Amino acid sequence: MQKKKSKYLWILSAVTVVFVLFIWWLVTDGLGIFTSNTLPSPIKIVQAFIKKLTDPNPDGATLGAHLLSSLKIVLSGYLLGVVIGIPMGIVMAWYEKADLMIRPVFDMIRTVPGIAWVPVMVVFCGIGFTSKAIVIFIGAVVANVINAYSGIKQTKQVHLWVGATFGASNWQLLTKIALPSAFPMIINGLKLSLGGAWTTIVAAELLASNRGIGYMIQQARGILRPDIIIVGMFVIGIVGSLLMLPISLLEKKVMKGGKW
Amino acid sequence: MRMEQTGKVKKDFIVCKDVMEEFPKADEGMFRVAENLNFTVKENEFLVLFGPGQCGKTSILNMIAGFDLPTSGSITVDGQEVKGPGAERGMVFQTTCLFPWLTVMGNVEYGPKVRGVGKKERRKKAQHYIDLVGLQGFENHFPVKISGGMKQRVGIARAYCNEPVVMLMDEPFGHLDAQTRYLMQEDLMKIWEREKRTVIFVTNNIEEALYLADRILVLTNCPTKVKAEYKIDLPRPRDYTDPDFLKLRKEISEVVDHTL
Repeated sequence: MQKKKSKYLWILSAVTVVFVLFIWWLVTDGLGIFTSNTLPSPIKIVQAFIKKLTDPNPDGATLGAHLLSSLKIVLSGYLLGVVIGIPMGIVMAWYEKADLMIRPVFDMIRTVPGIAWVPVMVVFCGIGFTSKAIVIFIGAVVANVINAYSGIKQTKQVHLWVGATFGASNWQLLTKIALPSAFPMIINGLKLSLGGAWTTIVAAELLASNRGIGYMIQQARGILRPDIIIVGMFVIGIVGSLLMLPISLLEKKVMKGGKW
Repeated sequence: MRMEQTGKVKKDFIVCKDVMEEFPKADEGMFRVAENLNFTVKENEFLVLFGPGQCGKTSILNMIAGFDLPTSGSITVDGQEVKGPGAERGMVFQTTCLFPWLTVMGNVEYGPKVRGVGKKERRKKAQHYIDLVGLQGFENHFPVKISGGMKQRVGIARAYCNEPVVMLMDEPFGHLDAQTRYLMQEDLMKIWEREKRTVIFVTNNIEEALYLADRILVLTNCPTKVKAEYKIDLPRPRDYTDPDFLKLRKEISEVVDHTL
């Protein structure tokens, strides 16, 4: 019964999408309430999207080139942040001395929002790749440290006791009990920091850049091209959710027995 | 191995001598959980610690397991003073504390795995205990997908699979419904008769105590000590409606009620 029901549920979502698109079309091309200079119709957005795929005007690069530039920065900063942040959080949670050593610096850094790093980084490294990758990196490290740390700290005492009665060493308690316990929180950190990285890059590009999706939006705003702005927004949304896919797949694979 | 093992003479296997335990209270001062606690357990004996709720029964088990150490006094197991958890003392916990990220098989084979036993050998051993607790066919199920009674069966199999010489059981059936509880008691007796171990079983259920025990220690409220001792010589399997059973039930109930 339940399987039959869920098979047709997607129609509900499809109806909503069609309805929204229809209303959008109605208030633009349909009834002409909004002109193309304020809110372009869905059809014009699709046209602008197709044109922008090959046309470097008016901002000097095609959509693909902008996207590639943003992705390169996001992924380098993010992956580096993950690779350093997760082990750092784990070490801080498991070894008190490491916690005491790292915490003062970490607490200072974590309270500064990612975007507030942009001005100082621009002064240090200019408006290119490096400054923004560092900003993304800082944000990703903070989120991953915090989540890995809390995940390890939330390991149930009784689970550690079980390990102890089995004669597990401290290292085995960490790798075989605390780490799997912390897995859902670590995944949470991966997701949060990826969302954060993607937000930060767009914001950073609005402030200081000569390439990238955020830059494209900013330029289009300057010359009153709302169609390109909206294309940029859609690309941000769609690419952002595509980036989440591998993390969700990993989560499903490891947590096949259900959540804990 | 041991000289004393010859003949029918059983030696004192576990000795609790003048055990006192205190915890710092939340506000100030110390909370005394146990004092003047003296008892011994013979090898392969099934000892039940019976007392009112919150009387410190779990604290005693935690000290024998080595999770906590006595503030003063000593606990020795097989001549060795308890200084921390060890693989020779297995524990079945009050609430199920299976590792949710592992299957039934993964949980049961955990102990041998931690000690580095090869896959083939530990699987064989785990399968033996899974069969013993009647869970064949559920090897690949995850803990969230099985019932409370089955989880406790896995908990028992997991503790047995590590082949401890002492089995500590902390109200393992306390959260089960009455019917399941009777069943588990019967099965536990069968398992104990097939694979003799020294068992210390904590409960606040008088029928359970009488059904299982070779000997019952009645404990007082906090700070807990031994109030009375009953050797139970009724033949096994025991009958809850047997006149001798009921007589003992009444007698022990009265002793406990006076301590409240």
